[in-house]
Amino acid sequence: MDKITTIIKKEWAEVFKNRMVIFTVAFLPVIMTILPLVILYTTRDTGSMGDLGNVTNEMPAQFSAFCSSNLNSGECFQVYIVSIFMLMFMIIPVAIPATISAYSIVGEKATHSLEPLLATPITTLELLIGKSLASAIPAVLATYMAFGVYALGAWIIIPNKFLLAALLDLRWFIAIFIVGPLIAVMAINFTIIVSSRVTDPRVAEQLSMVVIVPILAGFFGQMTGFFLINRRIITIIALVMIVLDAGLFYLAERLFQRETILTRWK
Amino acid sequence: MIQTENLTKRFANTLAVDRLTLQVNEGEVFGFLGPNGAGKTTTVRMLTSLIAPTNGTAIVNGFQIGKEDIEIRRTVGILTETPGMYDSLSAEYNLRIYASLYEVEDAKGQVEKYLRMLGLWERRFDEAGTFSKGMKQKLAIARALLHEPKILFLDEPTAALDPESAHLVRDFIEELRKEGRTIFLCTHNLDEADRLCDRVGVFKTHLLVMDTPARLRSKLFGKKVVFHLRAVNEELVKIVSSLPFIRETKTMDNKIIVTLDNPEEHNPDIIRVLVEAGAGVQFVGELRHSLEEVYLQLVQNA
Repeated sequence: MDKITTIIKKEWAEVFKNRMVIFTVAFLPVIMTILPLVILYTTRDTGSMGDLGNVTNEMPAQFSAFCSSNLNSGECFQVYIVSIFMLMFMIIPVAIPATISAYSIVGEKATHSLEPLLATPITTLELLIGKSLASAIPAVLATYMAFGVYALGAWIIIPNKFLLAALLDLRWFIAIFIVGPLIAVMAINFTIIVSSRVTDPRVAEQLSMVVIVPILAGFFGQMTGFFLINRRIITIIALVMIVLDAGLFYLAERLFQRETILTRWK
Repeated sequence: MIQTENLTKRFANTLAVDRLTLQVNEGEVFGFLGPNGAGKTTTVRMLTSLIAPTNGTAIVNGFQIGKEDIEIRRTVGILTETPGMYDSLSAEYNLRIYASLYEVEDAKGQVEKYLRMLGLWERRFDEAGTFSKGMKQKLAIARALLHEPKILFLDEPTAALDPESAHLVRDFIEELRKEGRTIFLCTHNLDEADRLCDRVGVFKTHLLVMDTPARLRSKLFGKKVVFHLRAVNEELVKIVSSLPFIRETKTMDNKIIVTLDNPEEHNPDIIRVLVEAGAGVQFVGELRHSLEEVYLQLVQNA
């Protein structure tokens, strides 16, 4: 455990000196939090407008499941709009670990500091866990904090408790607190796999961002009414993520072996 | 301290190390010489349990590679060929990280000891990235020594250093040798090997030869003795050449250069016959072949 802690502290001491990393870790959650809050604030009077007629008719049919009898169509519209942007929170646990692990692994490879590190009595698993946690912890904390600020902001902006309950639905808690860390793990494992083939941290970071594609697909899917993320879908996503993470971890662990790193990571 | 038997490493279709069998004794400085791509770094990586051999066995400090890798890594120190540091972190923090990973009990004390010993104490809070190549190399040596390893692997420790830094590093290796540490030194610098190593092994995928530098010279070139005379003539050369223990005789200016196996025993006889023949013997000296000549002869013939 001491060695894992040493690796985590070392990673943080190193990567947080990098402006790009600080920008990603600090700026992204701020943007992702402000966006839904601004939407809520600017549409705060929509609820009092009562029935919006045609506007609500254009929402996806399954959305009516969220739109309880306690909410009028104006408030339903607010829930719908915010739901679309809530997925943006999921970008945080992808972007932060991808940035940190890209710099921590490829950076170490580029500066030739990986071989002396591998020559210490640390096990490969300890090293992999240390590096993964160093990337995952800031990402997960930033996501939780961003969501916390959003929840607090929503509570201040929205006086209607039924609307607040709809906005802070269980599906978003599953998404943030379960799917978020799973996405972070996926991004880290994917970055490790990418890192074994590239020598520039920026390339690793950019390639790792491929993990964002499914999230953007979800965003646009909701926006166009193709589907709407409900509790059942988010639970299925969580289960699929567990399987995906296990597979990617297996691959990453295979690639993150001393011999592979020293002889094939060029 | 290090014993290998038929140690072999193959990467796909490339045979990097072929049946290496050697022994390095406790307190010995062993020079591992060979051209680029000979497999020296691969050998060091196998002996430090960084990569596994394809075949063969090796015991390092009493531990078997492939079976007791963590123990091996805990008890050996390594200076890699390109020893990267964490450039954005201070020299002290760089060492503290490694002290922790090597589970050094008095981490603070050990870090201070080696920073002072290598003349880096005053710069301890400076980022490693601001250090010169020589300072970085010294910092990397400190890193390799923090846990007081019994065996030290040094892969090209003076490569790419300016003469002054290289001199400092060599002096430090001398100090380590006096402390009785076992040192496995990979180097291209044959003068360095000649000066520092008790024994050397010349390696090109497989071990070509292994012995003390002096015995290697003797084996390959014989021992040569130069007799500086007041004047050289054919008669004197004929007399010396006729001695039964002389392998070869050459002349140069007023010198007769003879090759023989045992100069300690036969030099007095040569001097006696020369004096009896009326030669004016001014000086007698040994003609040393450089280790470079030995190395080139071995590698080119391999």
